[in-house]
Amino acid sequence: MENIINLKDIEVVFEDGERILKKINLDIKDKEFVTFLGPSGCGKTTTLRIIGGFLEPTSGDVFFEGKRINGLPPYKRNVNTVFQRYALFPHLNVYENIAFGLKVKKLPDKEIVRRVGEMLELVNLKGFEKRSVSRLSGGQQQRVAIARALVNHPKVLLLDEPLGALDLKLRKEMQVELRKIQQALELTFIYVTHDQEEALTMSDTVVVMNNGNIQQIGSPTDIYNEPVNAFVADFIGESNIINGIMPEDCVAEFSGHRFECVDKGFAKNERVDVVIRPEDIKIIPPEKAKLTGIVESVVFKGVHYEMTVDGMEHKWIIHSTLHEPVGTMIGMDIAPFDIHIMKKSEE
Amino acid sequence: MKTKWVSAPYLVWMTVFIAVPLLMIAVFAFTSNDGGFTIKNIQDVGQYANIFFRSIWLSVIATAICLVMAYPVSFILSRMEKHRQATMLMIVMLPMWMNFLLRTYAWMTLLGNNGVINHLLGLIGIGPLKLINTSGAVVLGMVYNYLPFMILPLYSVMVKIDKSVIEAASDLGCGSFATLFRVIVPLSLPGITSGITMVFVPAISTFIISRMLGGGSNLLIGDLIEMQFLGNAYNPHLGAAISLVLMVIILVIMTVMNQFSPDDQVLI
Ligand SMILES: Nc1ncnc2c1ncn2[C@@H]1O[C@H](COP(=O)(O)OP(=O)(O)OP(=O)(O)O)[C@@H](O)[C@H]1O
Ligand SMILES: [Mg+2]
Repeated sequence: MENIINLKDIEVVFEDGERILKKINLDIKDKEFVTFLGPSGCGKTTTLRIIGGFLEPTSGDVFFEGKRINGLPPYKRNVNTVFQRYALFPHLNVYENIAFGLKVKKLPDKEIVRRVGEMLELVNLKGFEKRSVSRLSGGQQQRVAIARALVNHPKVLLLDEPLGALDLKLRKEMQVELRKIQQALELTFIYVTHDQEEALTMSDTVVVMNNGNIQQIGSPTDIYNEPVNAFVADFIGESNIINGIMPEDCVAEFSGHRFECVDKGFAKNERVDVVIRPEDIKIIPPEKAKLTGIVESVVFKGVHYEMTVDGMEHKWIIHSTLHEPVGTMIGMDIAPFDIHIMKKSEE
Repeated sequence: MKTKWVSAPYLVWMTVFIAVPLLMIAVFAFTSNDGGFTIKNIQDVGQYANIFFRSIWLSVIATAICLVMAYPVSFILSRMEKHRQATMLMIVMLPMWMNFLLRTYAWMTLLGNNGVINHLLGLIGIGPLKLINTSGAVVLGMVYNYLPFMILPLYSVMVKIDKSVIEAASDLGCGSFATLFRVIVPLSLPGITSGITMVFVPAISTFIISRMLGGGSNLLIGDLIEMQFLGNAYNPHLGAAISLVLMVIILVIMTVMNQFSPDDQVLI
């Protein structure tokens, strides 16, 4: 697969002198579903705006199909955007909003009617053609915004949290629909979200960002199973992150005990982050365990119970289908391959 | 229902100072000196058709010039950073702080045959040109005096146009011109119509500007009315009839204009 977009050493510094993007490098393959995942304010929208042509990077280059496109205005780029706050045209109705791009390109009327009709069906807004967009709910507006961009069949579609305003059921439906469209029309989707589950279920590639830096690029399984640092691990799924050291290969020391693990290649006694997922901690009788703690709270989460356990040095989060009452002393056991050792990120 | 009382002062005001005088104008227009009903006054207005046409023509030109000048200014203003908008807006309004008569008087000395402009032109061997007492000078006076009335409504509509809507147009393939005509103009339409009203109505009924800058040969409706009430032509019945016809003309023009505004933003 060819790369369709490359970002090279992209830096953005706003007038107030703040560095919002710090030398970002990213290759996006053709026909790929890429997700930018990161906390609020980390620079996801800013990165999208650079690809869309709404913002010029302070330094660095943007390539589209191998050609440098810095300075090319948005209307000359084969890219469409679903804006974070919809940005619908208030003077046009639903139909006219969706047809806008096609009318600008002066497509034949028949073609416009057909393609807009298709889109209306897709986003479930049949019968709303004549409705003014100011009289739509947030979720309906969001779907018009998706249809308005998608109807142009751009090579690359940029979606900035396009499902944020939808209820859970509709969001799940639209996730499936969007993925289907992307595969059927063989488009490249660049999708912004801060919902990690959405990122993991929809994408071919996840780009985890924090503080204007890319933390990790990889497939959802890579990101989930092999997070490169404590930030990614924590962001992808709530995790227990404990300070530890590596006395030797395959041995980690934390919470006052030594544990067998599977990681190696660290300096002797290097300080590391130890990451353990809540679902990987097994509850065992306290007298058989190295790690013990007192159950502080129990919350029922549907499939499992989420417990916080006070273990002196660290408050543990445990997901378990078994339920221990608050105040009991429990023991915790972790298998060697569930102990993830990560280099301390320099910050 | 109780809140209705709050509007009582305005209702009284409206009755005493708007409805009653309007009624009196109508009565005057349809009566003769001895008090009997007549339509002669209205018929007599026909004699002044040329003055009516000149007034309409000059105020249409002035309104058009105001629109063309104010539109880009307002747009640029509305896209500036918030704190700079306030300063720039004040500069736009600055001439309004000076008395209307004084402002127009200043133009007399600028445009006069021995005025500043002709003097400067003389230095490079041009002129003297006849600048004052022309219809051009009247239009200039109207544009100069009423331009802020065009900028303000345009600006106040344009600041409400979200930047992202303009970006969306660009995203969907619009260059600058397409963005202007497909998005910015339709969204600023209410500002355009109210700006036109606010310039056209005072322009068509002005008499000071034409008096000071137009000389005797550029009489406007305003001058005509003034002469009937305060001048030697003293005839309040004819004056009232002219006012009434002018009102009808303005009403018709505004109704036509409103056909172009969105339904929910009708002006009168
Ligand atoms: N025009 C601007 N001038 C100065 N700072 C800006 C500007 N636009 C964005 N920023 C800052 O850049 C940072 C990144 O913003 P961005 O919109 O890219 O975040 P985001 O990752 O999309 O967040 P969210 O998930 O909340 O949408 C923020 O701290 C924001 O305050
Ligand atoms: Mg954002």
